[in-house]
Amino acid sequence: MTKRSFKRAFKDSLPIMAGYLALGIGYGVLLQSKGYSFWWAILMSVTMFAGSGQYAGVDFMASGASLLTTAFMTLIINCRHFFYGVSLLDKYRGTGIVKPYLIFGLTDETYSITATTTLEDDISPKKYYFFLTALNHSYWITGCVLGAVLGMIMPFSGEGIDFAMTALFIVIMTDQWLKSKQHLPAILGAGTTVVCLVIFGAEYFIVPALFLIALELMLLRKKLEKPASEVENDE
Amino acid sequence: MNDMHALLQVLVMAAVIAFTRFLPFLAFPEGRKRPQVITYLGSVLPYAIIGMLVVYCFKGVSVMQWPYGLPELIASAFVVGMYVWRRNTLISVFGGVAVYMLLVQLVFK
Repeated sequence: MTKRSFKRAFKDSLPIMAGYLALGIGYGVLLQSKGYSFWWAILMSVTMFAGSGQYAGVDFMASGASLLTTAFMTLIINCRHFFYGVSLLDKYRGTGIVKPYLIFGLTDETYSITATTTLEDDISPKKYYFFLTALNHSYWITGCVLGAVLGMIMPFSGEGIDFAMTALFIVIMTDQWLKSKQHLPAILGAGTTVVCLVIFGAEYFIVPALFLIALELMLLRKKLEKPASEVENDE
Repeated sequence: MNDMHALLQVLVMAAVIAFTRFLPFLAFPEGRKRPQVITYLGSVLPYAIIGMLVVYCFKGVSVMQWPYGLPELIASAFVVGMYVWRRNTLISVFGGVAVYMLLVQLVFK
């Protein structure tokens, strides 16, 4: 049973392996270009295990952001995880001793598989989820460290490589846009932020933007609730 | 660069990320009912937040002076176009980074 669970988890993790190795390598190179060695790549990929969180994290570290700013921005970038957890409450029930690790390793990619997969009777969900999470974690760590080493020997300038985070967010937004019929939340999010950026400036726009977005979404609840709930979750 | 500060930042980020992942399991222990508003926010907030984050990435771009945000605009258009065409995250991200690096290092020096 353990062997079958591992086999199935490994098979399902293959597309993620390709993605994590590539994104991890990009991350390691970025980290190196800002002057952080591969020890940082190991530390961050082991303890944080979050693509967008880590890409943004390099920016906070390089700019010497305060701990409060770092915490707040990380909270904003990763608050979507909260909603992944909400939708996995039932699936992860009764997974016992590995449950904390499953929750710790709940990335966008792992979520996209565990939320949608159906397991045969001869596969233990608990073991399957564990192997899947651990395999993905190992791909991510490997990619990040490879990238950091690669960054040391890269023969050209790394200027502009921080566009990786921008590109990643643009891809996520494009993907959401293509998969969803309801575009108002995305437009509100981006539009409100642009307005706040112009009014409050680059230093202070995030808090008012976040507050206004939440307010707008609550005011539009009646209008948005039905169509939005018919839309599939991203990924 | 201050290594001690960076280390503290990593620990803070790791703690916050873990918090966002553990919170639902702590707030709604096995079997407890979830309020409707949480389900609603879960269906709209991820879209709004990503919209906000995309704008956040451009906060340092000055559109009033040379090169008027052109490298960002061109590279972003490439990322979107590529994604609509191929639907492949990696091609879009790596292609977009390559385009941007060429633009800032060679074209808009």
